[in-house]
Amino acid sequence: MAAHTDILNTINEDLDQPDSVEFSNVNKRWGDNHVLRDLNFTVAPGEKVSIIGPSGSGKTTILRILMTLETPDSGVVHVGDRILWDATGGKKVKETKETLATRKRLGMVFQHFNLFPHLTAIENVVEAPIHVLGMTKTDALERGEELLDLVGLNEHMKHLPSQLSGGQQQRVAIARALAMRPKVMLFDEPTSALDPELIGEVLGVIRRLAKTSSMTMLMVTHEMRFAREISDRVVMFDQGQVVEQGDPEKIFGNPTEPRTQKFLEVVGA
Amino acid sequence: MTIQVTVLGIALTVIVAFVAGLSGLSKYWFIRWPSYVFVEFFRGSGLIVQMFWLFFALPIFGIEVPPLLAGVLALGLNMGAYAAEIVRGTIASRPKGQTEASIALGLSPTQRFWRILIPQSIPAMLPPFGNVMVDLLKNTSLVSLVTVTDLTWGAQTIRTNTGQTVEAFLAILVLYYLLSLLLGWLTNYLERAFALDRKAHGVSRKRTLLGAMAK
Amino acid sequence: MTWDWDFTVEILPDLLRGFRLTLLITFSAFGISLLLGLVVAIFRFLKIPVVVQFLNFYVSFIRGTPLLVQAYFAFFVLPYYGVVIDAVPTAILVLGVNYSAYMAEVFRSGIEQLPKGQWEAARALSIGTRRTWTRIVIPQAVFPIIPVIGNYLIQMFKDSAILSAITVLELLGTSLQIGSRTFRYLEPITLTGLLFLAVSFPSSLLVRRLEKKYGSAH
Repeated sequence: MAAHTDILNTINEDLDQPDSVEFSNVNKRWGDNHVLRDLNFTVAPGEKVSIIGPSGSGKTTILRILMTLETPDSGVVHVGDRILWDATGGKKVKETKETLATRKRLGMVFQHFNLFPHLTAIENVVEAPIHVLGMTKTDALERGEELLDLVGLNEHMKHLPSQLSGGQQQRVAIARALAMRPKVMLFDEPTSALDPELIGEVLGVIRRLAKTSSMTMLMVTHEMRFAREISDRVVMFDQGQVVEQGDPEKIFGNPTEPRTQKFLEVVGA
Repeated sequence: MTIQVTVLGIALTVIVAFVAGLSGLSKYWFIRWPSYVFVEFFRGSGLIVQMFWLFFALPIFGIEVPPLLAGVLALGLNMGAYAAEIVRGTIASRPKGQTEASIALGLSPTQRFWRILIPQSIPAMLPPFGNVMVDLLKNTSLVSLVTVTDLTWGAQTIRTNTGQTVEAFLAILVLYYLLSLLLGWLTNYLERAFALDRKAHGVSRKRTLLGAMAK
Repeated sequence: MTWDWDFTVEILPDLLRGFRLTLLITFSAFGISLLLGLVVAIFRFLKIPVVVQFLNFYVSFIRGTPLLVQAYFAFFVLPYYGVVIDAVPTAILVLGVNYSAYMAEVFRSGIEQLPKGQWEAARALSIGTRRTWTRIVIPQAVFPIIPVIGNYLIQMFKDSAILSAITVLELLGTSLQIGSRTFRYLEPITLTGLLFLAVSFPSSLLVRRLEKKYGSAH
């Protein structure tokens, strides 16, 4: 793979300053299920954080609230020094202009890729930059091609998602999210829907981003070894609360909480 | 009268549906093709045309056709053709894994068909069948055009006799609507009663139903 | 009584005239049903409180009652309220309104069939509402519903015969008229049936081919 230093530098330059993420007293319920319990959770600018934990623990909800796919029932969510959601005291949240402006600083990679099936890879990547960021077509295409090159898909630019493997599709999805110049990148179990032999290529791209860019990254994953390798901090999440968090070596090597220990045992990490 | 026509119509429809539908699955082309022709013919020419044709044309062949018979016959054959497609389609689209598992267990073709395929197909057939039933109910109104006493014809008589058009027709519309809602709920209920992948409480009830059907 | 070929030839022009009217009614009503159905679907989607309930009832009611009775209602009842329209426009309106309810349902199911992930991805990329619809949702939703709409068109074509009951001289009406005039029903009605078949059958084969190509929304 080529060095790609140009595009990686561009990504870092665009970033200027990565954003922090802060959840203050956030609650979320789905019917009887108290998905997030009075959550206080912060990610420092440029930090790479992995969230692990059992299914249904609420980890994905954290990402979804950030990406405005869901709203908090109470609490405040900050991205950088802007307010994304303000539900203090449980007041009903509405999408404000600030919400929408703040959201543009976040990018998300979904478990099931969610590529637009009727658009080619390059079209998927440039759609939002042109029509949301107002980039010119030439600029967007140039950047889009560089990004697809970065994720190793320069031969597949004009291919439709149906012509790509799962791993390739997910890599396009990463390029698509990066094209929007996010300050914070969210990864929702990016490899859970992939065949085992395709997981490596996607993790490779994410590893590269983690090691070379100053973006804030928040990842929900079941790939324990990977989380251990690239994270600045690992968070063990269960039943809507942070159970334990800290240095990856500590969490994986010497967890103090029994729930963490049990979980790691069960998943064989 | 509408009830009479509907009931007879349903009976005929179901019979025709299964005969034609199952024939469509036969491995013998001389059974399959006639069924195919039958289905396409009755679906393609309109129901109302068929009703009139049976009423006017059959006497020529020496068969005396009281209007009610023409109406019900056309209804049964026509709706039966549509329903036959449902029967054929749902059975044919059962996952191949079922057939393969049955073969692996040593079941004979007949056993496979009656004890495994058909019971599984019934729940899948119910929703589209329900739709056919509602259509059948609505199409009974056409029988009135072949001059049979019917809900609709009743309304016309009321109209000519009392001039109370609005109320009469509104009443008729409401009646049909309520009947069709009823049919809809009935179908939903049957769907749930026969549901195959309900793990909760329906287990023993399901077994009895399937057992009864598989006999 | 046996088949009279001379008679057949004699009535052919009349029947063809009726057939032309059938086609006119069918296609005009088709257009109305699509437009009206689209309007209904949009308003239902916008979820405006009272309007939604009313439209849901409207769709349910029209689909639950026979076309014939709706036609009678329009033809016999409306004049009482001073709305007097000729038979043919009434026929087109009734058929169009009837099928608009079915079209509204088709549009709804087409939109609902779109995987939620598509909406979420568009949102994650901050793609605006209008562009989400025009660039993401509609291009994907429209293909699976084309076969269904095609089938409805064929159904409308056959149902147009019902409108003969309100004195419209389309194909069936014409043949019944010929029959009552000459007391020979065999030839006109048989020809009518064959004509319907000749149009419906190839059309449904075409629609089935479209279904294989685009998948189906039902």
